[in-house]
Amino acid sequence: MSWLTEYVRPKIRGLLKREVPDNLWTNCESCEQMILTKDLHKALNVCPHCGHHMRASVAERLEWTFDNGEYTRIELPKVPVDPLSFRDRKRYTDRLKDERAKSHLDESMVVAHGLIGGQNAVVAVMAFEFIAGTMGAALGEAFLAAARLAILQQSPLIVFTASGGARMQEGMISLMQMPRTTVAVEMLKEAGLPYLVVLTNPTTGGVSASFAMLGDVQIAEPNALIGFAGQRVIEDTVREKLPEGFQRAEYLLDHGMLDMVVKRADLRTVLAQLIGQLNFRHIARPAA
Amino acid sequence: MHGRENSLRENVWLACRLCYRQRMRQFLDFEKSVAELENKIDELRRMSGPDGINIAEEITRLSEKADRQLRAAYAKLTPGQKVQVARHAQRPHTVDYISTLITEFSPLAGDRLFGEDKAIIGGIGRFRNQPVVVIGTERGAEIETRLKHNFGMARPEGYRKAQRLMKLAGRFGLPVLTFIDTSGAWPGIDAEARGQAEAIARSIETCLTVPVPVIATVIGEGGSGGAVALGAGDRVMMLEHAIYSVISPEACASILWRDPKQAATAADALRLTAQDLLQLRLIDRIIPEPLGGAQREPQVAIRAVGDAIAAELPALLAKDPALLKAQRREKFLAMGREAVA
Repeated sequence: MSWLTEYVRPKIRGLLKREVPDNLWTNCESCEQMILTKDLHKALNVCPHCGHHMRASVAERLEWTFDNGEYTRIELPKVPVDPLSFRDRKRYTDRLKDERAKSHLDESMVVAHGLIGGQNAVVAVMAFEFIAGTMGAALGEAFLAAARLAILQQSPLIVFTASGGARMQEGMISLMQMPRTTVAVEMLKEAGLPYLVVLTNPTTGGVSASFAMLGDVQIAEPNALIGFAGQRVIEDTVREKLPEGFQRAEYLLDHGMLDMVVKRADLRTVLAQLIGQLNFRHIARPAA
Repeated sequence: MHGRENSLRENVWLACRLCYRQRMRQFLDFEKSVAELENKIDELRRMSGPDGINIAEEITRLSEKADRQLRAAYAKLTPGQKVQVARHAQRPHTVDYISTLITEFSPLAGDRLFGEDKAIIGGIGRFRNQPVVVIGTERGAEIETRLKHNFGMARPEGYRKAQRLMKLAGRFGLPVLTFIDTSGAWPGIDAEARGQAEAIARSIETCLTVPVPVIATVIGEGGSGGAVALGAGDRVMMLEHAIYSVISPEACASILWRDPKQAATAADALRLTAQDLLQLRLIDRIIPEPLGGAQREPQVAIRAVGDAIAAELPALLAKDPALLKAQRREKFLAMGREAVA
């Protein structure tokens, strides 16, 4: 039985939400200069003084990526909640509830489709604001749904990664999302569809060691932290000072692990060009 | 101060080597009473002369008692104790499995890209007459070999060698046997510089796409991404007291409990035992260990692993490669999708 026969067309929700900033001024995390929040948003959360790329919310990311900020979010399949009945200092179910209330998100990945440069594309965005963008069964399911939708639409898949790694509260189920998401990448490959990865700050652990490193083209935002092991773990192991810029996007580019580091302002253009070229075979331009 | 530290380190080294050479049994804390009994038995043995009938009886009695205690302890090992057993220095390692189970073995080396990483060993040989490719993480048993194999913590070149070997197996239609025993991938500057994340990701991808059977066996500790890199197989088996975890219980405790001393609690919560993982349908088979763990009778454990591989292999070899791959995919796609008991 193929995955196609099991495929259930996602219900379309079409959620469009805008957050109104309540603070007039924002301080740059890097140069600490004050920026009018309105200006910062206009500059795609990039500091106009020093060029530091600040974190983007899922809603912002989707808005910036699709033509005219228009997109359709898909409803993601539900997975069993708290399969291990995990409890640390807090119950995992309570943690999920709190995170949902705080972030207004269901889980650490959101999937949407729409047009980029007039071409169909599926975009999956990881939410670092949701338990550090950690990967559990729900994220695996979301990524699979994104890949299946891309195959159904014969469109490319673009993923924006941001993750602290595996979701410890799901134990080995979270580790098994590494092969699971890798299967999704293989399905795209077999369908001959482009799979583009945009690594954003930070992308580490099990996410970096699975779907985040398997793109046809690997793009990163400037200065994004990208790596497998955490910096503190490395320091404790090798008892050496880490080199300047270690595990940053530019470092990975220098070491041959990325194709390009692209400023946020240029991302949409770069993505539109790449999918237009790579998905040349499948592009059916919608009637204007 | 430095001199004292050095001499201390030398003493530890010496003790380790002596221990290894003489195969002195190393006991875990929960085996204390068994250790005392066995010491007593050893003493009696040394004392026993030609008139040792009474002593022989005493020895039998004590041995039976030790066995009973061992059986009781191992029947209800806590996850925290299993972590200790899984990491026991005297458990058989990948090299032991290869030397016992594989004949005509030709070790293969290097990733053809950067270097040779001895944390992952591999080669071609025969398993019960069937030509196979073997790949496994090797921790080393004494100081020299531990250093040589980097304590079983692989670098990107190790994972890239594994990929090369798996692809080679695929080209020649040879099944792949992997042995997993690692605390995890090497968290070093050099490893990151050469793309540890990519190497692991690509290794998982290779496991999933090779057109030949892949049987992975966790023989000791299955540590996180560094383990799953060799673990995305058609069959994933675990020794009875092996563990397989997304993160070490110590690291998990220090992150979630903010207290590394809570490792045993974390081990409980993580559900990292073979028994838990079979129940969660994340592994396919548990291989029984001899009484008191694989470390007490390595050859018995190795034979049991061989028998388990032999039980799985024929059915997998009989499958059409496309079907084999499709079923391997389905198996991983199901993980986490549905609730299990």
